[in-house]
Amino acid sequence: MVNTPKVNPSDYAPDAHYIKAKGKRIRTRIRPRFYVGALLTTIAACLLLVFAPSAAADGTAIVGTLKGPDGAALTNVSLTVVAEGFTETVSTGADGAFRIEVPKGGKYQLSVDAATLPTGITFSKAEDQNRSILVLMGDKKVLFTFASGTDGGSTTTSSFTWARISQLLVDGLFFGILIALGAVGLNLIFGTTGLTNFSHGELLTLGAFTAIVLNELGLNLIIAAPLAIIISAILWGWGQNKILWKPLRRRKTGLIASMVVTIGLAITIRYILLLFFGGSPRSYQQFAGQSGLEFGPVSITPKSIVFAVLAAIAIAATVIWLQRSRIGKATRAVSDNPALASATGIDVERVISVVWILGAGLAAFAGIYLGSTQDVTWNMGQRLLLVMFAAVTLGGLGTIYGAIVGALVVGMFVQLSTLIIPTEMKTVGALFLMIIILLVRPQGILGRRERVG
Amino acid sequence: MDFSFVIGQSITQALGVTAIIYCLAAMGLNLQFGYTGLLNFGQVAFAAIGAYSIGVIVISFGASLWAAIPIGLLASVALALVLGIPTLRLRADYLAIVTIATSEIIRLMVRSIALRETFGGANGINGKMGQAFHDLNPFHADIELPFLTWTRQDLWVVTVGWSLIAIFTLATWLLVRSPWGRVVKGIREDENAVVSLGKNAYVYKMQALVLGGLLGTVGGIVWAVAKQSVQPDNFVPDVTFFSYTILLLGGAARVFGPIVGAIIFWFLLVFVGEFLNQMIAAGWITFLLPTDVGPIRFILVGLGLMGLMIFRPQGIFGDKRELALDAR
Amino acid sequence: MPANGQRALEAQSALATVPRVPGASKPDPILVASSIVRRFGGLSAVDVDHVEVQRGSITALIGPNGAGKTTFFNLLTGFDAPDEGAWSFNGRSMGRLSPYRVARLGMVRTFQLTKALNRLRVIDNMLLGAKGQRGERLWASLFPFLWRGQEVKNTERADVLLKRFSLDAKRGDFAGSLSGGQRKLLEMARALMSEPELIMLDEPMAGVNPALTQSLLQHIKMIREEGSTVLFVEHDMDMVHDISDWVIVMAQGKIIAEGPPGDVMKNSEVIDAYLGSRHEKALTESGESLTTGEIK
Ligand SMILES: Nc1ncnc2c1ncn2[C@@H]1O[C@H](COP(=O)(O)OP(=O)(O)OP(=O)(O)O)[C@@H](O)[C@H]1O
Ligand SMILES: [Mg+2]
Repeated sequence: MVNTPKVNPSDYAPDAHYIKAKGKRIRTRIRPRFYVGALLTTIAACLLLVFAPSAAADGTAIVGTLKGPDGAALTNVSLTVVAEGFTETVSTGADGAFRIEVPKGGKYQLSVDAATLPTGITFSKAEDQNRSILVLMGDKKVLFTFASGTDGGSTTTSSFTWARISQLLVDGLFFGILIALGAVGLNLIFGTTGLTNFSHGELLTLGAFTAIVLNELGLNLIIAAPLAIIISAILWGWGQNKILWKPLRRRKTGLIASMVVTIGLAITIRYILLLFFGGSPRSYQQFAGQSGLEFGPVSITPKSIVFAVLAAIAIAATVIWLQRSRIGKATRAVSDNPALASATGIDVERVISVVWILGAGLAAFAGIYLGSTQDVTWNMGQRLLLVMFAAVTLGGLGTIYGAIVGALVVGMFVQLSTLIIPTEMKTVGALFLMIIILLVRPQGILGRRERVG
Repeated sequence: MDFSFVIGQSITQALGVTAIIYCLAAMGLNLQFGYTGLLNFGQVAFAAIGAYSIGVIVISFGASLWAAIPIGLLASVALALVLGIPTLRLRADYLAIVTIATSEIIRLMVRSIALRETFGGANGINGKMGQAFHDLNPFHADIELPFLTWTRQDLWVVTVGWSLIAIFTLATWLLVRSPWGRVVKGIREDENAVVSLGKNAYVYKMQALVLGGLLGTVGGIVWAVAKQSVQPDNFVPDVTFFSYTILLLGGAARVFGPIVGAIIFWFLLVFVGEFLNQMIAAGWITFLLPTDVGPIRFILVGLGLMGLMIFRPQGIFGDKRELALDAR
Repeated sequence: MPANGQRALEAQSALATVPRVPGASKPDPILVASSIVRRFGGLSAVDVDHVEVQRGSITALIGPNGAGKTTFFNLLTGFDAPDEGAWSFNGRSMGRLSPYRVARLGMVRTFQLTKALNRLRVIDNMLLGAKGQRGERLWASLFPFLWRGQEVKNTERADVLLKRFSLDAKRGDFAGSLSGGQRKLLEMARALMSEPELIMLDEPMAGVNPALTQSLLQHIKMIREEGSTVLFVEHDMDMVHDISDWVIVMAQGKIIAEGPPGDVMKNSEVIDAYLGSRHEKALTESGESLTTGEIK
């Protein structure tokens, strides 16, 4: 019989690999050589992208249309583009559109003269006023969002109509599924390694940007998205674990220290993206301005339906995989008790690799989903991180079903809460909910208490 | 390229108001994280409470600065209690999640349009909120040493700021060398062991959270008084993480860590920034725009935070002996 | 049977008349627990009808892996809450007390997985054990003259204990630099710093080198001689046989037998539950031929 000291899994995670499994290994379909190949290809693609801007192209321009919160065109607004030895100022036309031809691809600084905006109109995001833009080739479309100065952003139409409630329920469900994509990966990584990953949001962002890169290189989003998910799973998931976390586990870096490391990593990734891609929001070239389909009182864009359905399938597949496949069962065993798992012949490190691949893949999916329904920005994942944490703590740290349930609850809650609180504060509501739940049921809805001694 | 300007700027900033504010925040984290092992990822919330208490009470309500300061400190204690009560009985991660969430809750609330009457929305609160303090300024002239230039106002703030830091450092030193310090260090190592010896770990953790939070709040108060302006976007989570970097640079669980860390951190950060700016302006670096300097500084902070936590959690001047014991 | 010391004789004679049945009542119990149940999902990890621990005795709690011994310790010391049940210590009802209060009342435990405070020096580990320290209060800590004197006294006491446990050479080292066995010793010494009435040791011998075992046994006997009660969990039958006045056997959460070590080890129910019939012979032959390795 095996003497199994039961501690919380995380106490064991860092040195679990020391008890190297000698017995049978759980076979998986991971072929390291395949990864190395894919890795190199991706790196090449990335390098290509980094150097692409310097390649000159014909008819390169920055374009856009300025519209107020009510949809009315903003005319005669003055915009200035600056770069090395190039300055140009234009004004928007009667339709609110502008077009600034630039000599070549590269990085430009676009600023809006706020004084020329109609009175009462302000930027929804202050950073829109002055941003640096990376122009590759052809027309670079720039998006602006404006608010009306008096009540912009806090448009609480506190009308409890059924139409509104059902719309919010559907939005909440979709948002919940989106959160679940991120939260499942977050929880799997937590479960197997004990790591609370504060850079999980950046996995979403990296996924969305990988897709943007492929998309701007000319791949249709339908191809770019799955490809980006695979690349992200390998590069940002498997690679991150390999380069960073595995050595740290070997050094026996503690969990608290590791959490601080995730913070450092998150900052690094975010600002690298900001450096290379600038602060302005981007959007995928396909399916950008879809109008919603009407289902009775509810309006949904086709792309969100497709994404939500695919996401639900991905989550369901993950759950089934955890229940059925050998490596899935091994994952659950490791989450339960890493020391015992490794003593019974499970290669814990391999399981952890798989979990990172899966987690990063799901996160990339979430990032592309978010990027195509809203837009792609350098801090998009960071903004979702806390909501994912709310979902995970709500459901119980480390439990997969908990993460899914928590995500759906949080998604619905965030949307429905806009019935009573201003939209700008909807995240605040979710975070409050999380704190309340912690007060009442600290282990989360589906979590379990851990043991001492 | 004006190299002496770069050095001058760096030194001025390394000893200046910003370094003082971050040093205070990092001193709080030192008590919480360095000595007690509490992962407070929302230190900026405490600073925001301090700064906004001054702004709201002095400018929006027109009361005295001397009333605003104790109210700010009380609000800070209240915040620490609110954060601590649900989380301090749970695993370390929960405190981290709840504190970072709360710091965002606070920022989003003071930023909101709904509460703009009180907090000023995205523009924050601007006005002579520190006047009562500046009226006491005993200095009559600006200071212009080689490499060090401060206005009369800055000089006054800096003098008081560093004096406060000296007092708090002395108090920290007394605390951590006492049996109280031994208990909190024990909690950092293994809470259950300490509890099994009859110490109420929960109370000690709460005390450390409150004290550390108060130091952050003092930082926020210094901010409001010195800059006479508080804006929500000054209080993003990155402020907390800068403070962590400072703490680790100087060495966690070292009494002088935050001071050393803050000075080095701001010297390096300003130096790198100004140096790059000058290089770009002089046309020596052509592949970067002036706007790239900001992100580059952040990238360095991120890398620094990771590197320090992994390789030298005991600080750049730390003791190897502790490192050998598995640096947590 | 060890017959050394006044207290040992007292304890053994007091227990001599106690019936050898599970849940037997003792003449002078320090700890009394009734109908304690702790379930984890479907599993009843602990399901104890009644148990008493005699004051001034060394009582062993044995049982196969997963019998619920550690869980029972956790429940009694407040680190875990039972689904049902009540218990009293020194006649004081203890249900739902926080673990630190339990410790303050004089019921101090050690852990199966040692909890040395790595980045504290050995001497600081020891000092942490001392009770009622004035300098542990936040305000008082700022004024050293309030607690200096007490600190000096505690340090003297700690040094005596360290010497007894042969840790005096390590006094100024970080506890993290100690070996596994030394940590066990430190943890026990630290618990003793609080002068407990009842000390509960969870596998004090695990990982301690055999050469040290003998001196550890002496330490435990010494604790009894100094007037404390010892309740310990152990898998090493030699040790159990050697030092305990009374043995309580747990299996699958229940108490299945009680009695002096000699009697209990002959009990067929115990042999079945604890070791399986394979080991029957080895066990009945007296502890001598048994090694820890076989049991584990
Ligand atoms: N927190 C927990 N969650 C779920 N099951 C638990 C928990 N703690 C203990 N158990 C289960 O309760 C049973 C009793 O465990 P316990 O640790 O008390 O046994 P033990 O007698 O101390 O064993 P050992 O001699 O191996 O230390 C085991 O089956 C264990 O798996
Ligand atoms: Mg046990």
